[in-house]
Amino acid sequence: MMRSIMFLMTGLVVMGLAFWAYRENYRTQEVSRDIKSLQLEIAEARGALAILNAEWAYLNRPDRLRELAELNFDSLGLLPLTGAHYVRVDQLAWPSMPTIFDQIDNPVEVMGVIIEAQAIGGSE
Amino acid sequence: MIRTPLRPLARILSARDKGENPDRIERDNIRVRHEEMQGRARQRAEGRLLVLSVFFLVAFSAVGLRMGSISVSVPQEPRSGGVGDNILAQRADITDRNGNILATNIATYSLYAHPQQMIDPVGAAIRLAEIFPELDGEQLNRHFTGARKFVWVRQKLSPEQRQAVHEIGEPGLLFGPREMRLYPNGALAAHVMGGASFGREGVNSAEVIGVAGVENTFDEMLRDPINNGAPLALSLDMTVQAVAEEVLSGGMQLMNAKGAAGVLMDVHTGEVISLVSLPDFDPNERPHVLTEGDQADSPLFNRAVQGVYELGSTYKLFALAQAMDEGLINPDTMIDTQGPLKWGRFSIRDFHNYGPQLSATEVLVKSSNIGTARIAQMIGAERQKEFLASLGLTVPTPVEMLEASGSRPLLPPNWSELSTMTISYGHGISASPMHLAAAYASVVNGGTRIVPTLLRQDAPQNGPRVVSEEVSRISRDMLRQVVTRGTASFGEVEGYEVGGKTGSADKPRPQGGYYDDKVISTFASIFPASDPQYVLIVTLDEPSIEGLGETRRTAGWTAVPVAAELTRRVAPLLGLRPQIETLPLTAVTLTSN
Repeated sequence: MMRSIMFLMTGLVVMGLAFWAYRENYRTQEVSRDIKSLQLEIAEARGALAILNAEWAYLNRPDRLRELAELNFDSLGLLPLTGAHYVRVDQLAWPSMPTIFDQIDNPVEVMGVIIEAQAIGGSE
Repeated sequence: MIRTPLRPLARILSARDKGENPDRIERDNIRVRHEEMQGRARQRAEGRLLVLSVFFLVAFSAVGLRMGSISVSVPQEPRSGGVGDNILAQRADITDRNGNILATNIATYSLYAHPQQMIDPVGAAIRLAEIFPELDGEQLNRHFTGARKFVWVRQKLSPEQRQAVHEIGEPGLLFGPREMRLYPNGALAAHVMGGASFGREGVNSAEVIGVAGVENTFDEMLRDPINNGAPLALSLDMTVQAVAEEVLSGGMQLMNAKGAAGVLMDVHTGEVISLVSLPDFDPNERPHVLTEGDQADSPLFNRAVQGVYELGSTYKLFALAQAMDEGLINPDTMIDTQGPLKWGRFSIRDFHNYGPQLSATEVLVKSSNIGTARIAQMIGAERQKEFLASLGLTVPTPVEMLEASGSRPLLPPNWSELSTMTISYGHGISASPMHLAAAYASVVNGGTRIVPTLLRQDAPQNGPRVVSEEVSRISRDMLRQVVTRGTASFGEVEGYEVGGKTGSADKPRPQGGYYDDKVISTFASIFPASDPQYVLIVTLDEPSIEGLGETRRTAGWTAVPVAAELTRRVAPLLGLRPQIETLPLTAVTLTSN
């Protein structure tokens, strides 16, 4: 009795493994087909990238950029970089702060604005 | 199972009655039983043998079938293993120091013909000659109608040309994929790049091999699959190179020179930032080698590396630096400059008469040949030779270009005392501008030997010591004075403290002697002089310019202004901040009365 159960179980296990191996086989084949197409895609993308890089380099060649800078001088005003373009930090002008006199455009307001400004200044 | 008794009572009793031995009956029964058992065992064994033989048969036939199938099938690479990384690029890119592409590949097609498959060979030849004006229609016709089975028509096609060939509709015209070397910047750094051409050619692919420049030197490396297409980073800076070419070509025209060369080198790493030789060429369409005339006039000739010239007074620095390093003189030592200095039949003159004596500094600042010759006499031939060798001025430069290995400096066959004197001011010895750049870098960078290189470096070279730190400092100071109050006064660039030495050497005639009206004028400069970062060599071939009512050919009038303009443009690009002179604050004077 025990023996036949063992035989049955073994048979089932063998069939199960055979089924599993069959499925794995087909899955592997599918994956390798995928990889192949992906590799083709990668190769194509690399090819395209190489072309684009070459094109980028070609469009950015110094001769062309120089000509473009000269052609568009009116709108861009690009000049060769020289030492005069370097300045020290203390040579930079500070951005101008608005003063209360910039806000006054109507003489009638003058009094009020100045008083207001004094009030703000006083509160600080 | 029915068990047969071995001694059945009935038979025993009857046997006893008959007086027979009842044991015989027992033995008889045992024998029968054994026979039955044997029969069963044999049957079982035979069954097992059968199963086993079937199993072996199946196993062996499976192995046999597999072997058969392997032996008849076409071998195949395992597909999933190894990602096809560089299916396309068989040759790595070349970039500048910042990664800008200087050379790359693009896919294109070659055109070949199978005349036996052609329908209208004559018409195809005519149409092809229309598409490609440089092809000879007659010759194509002969090839297509002759006995040949295979004809190369063209190595490279543009997409438009390929379409035009498609439109002929001739089945005998076939395309093969090709990888083509492309230099997207055209003539930029043409001499460094060199160029590439096809090596062994097949229908489906062709080898791309470098024919000159770095393409040739690093041919193996660029094609080595082990590098996995990693680009080759050169020391050149594309922007600086473009500006240098622009300025030098303008300067060359302005100075009516027939050629120009420029070398810009980092004094600490030996990296060549820019290498210009004019006239140049487009490496995409590399011109043919000249079949007649002087190869030095060909645009292919690299004046900066291949051209060995007498570089004139630029050599004076070496004589002074060596004499100071050996303790023979100091910057204030008075040198006898009474001229002309006669030596046998030969007499050495100065451009002007500088009086009886000059200090060593003045000898360099005023560029006195006589003074330098006197200093060289103190040094002597042997040690001068050693010193120039230690600067690399006696052997070809090791810069990584095919052309460099062939540019051996011309040395006097017999290094006599007269040779020593003329060599001290750069006559009787020839070297390339690249040699001079490396030698100047070695002297001014603190005194350690610099070997020029075209590959990007990350660290200073720290080569063997050539001159002491102190001599290097004094040399820089002297070079600075040449610009502030000497022969290179046009070389001043505001904010960049240029120092340098001019050199003008008459060109030698091919038949011997020197031309009176043809010079090579050179300016070897360093900037900023107080802490040099770069050395710039500018050489003009046969310049002449009208200045102050006379024809000027000396470097001070020709090479120096060009070099100054170049420095003005290039130094900011190299990230050098100009030294803005600060006005001294209004001094407070303590007075008491």
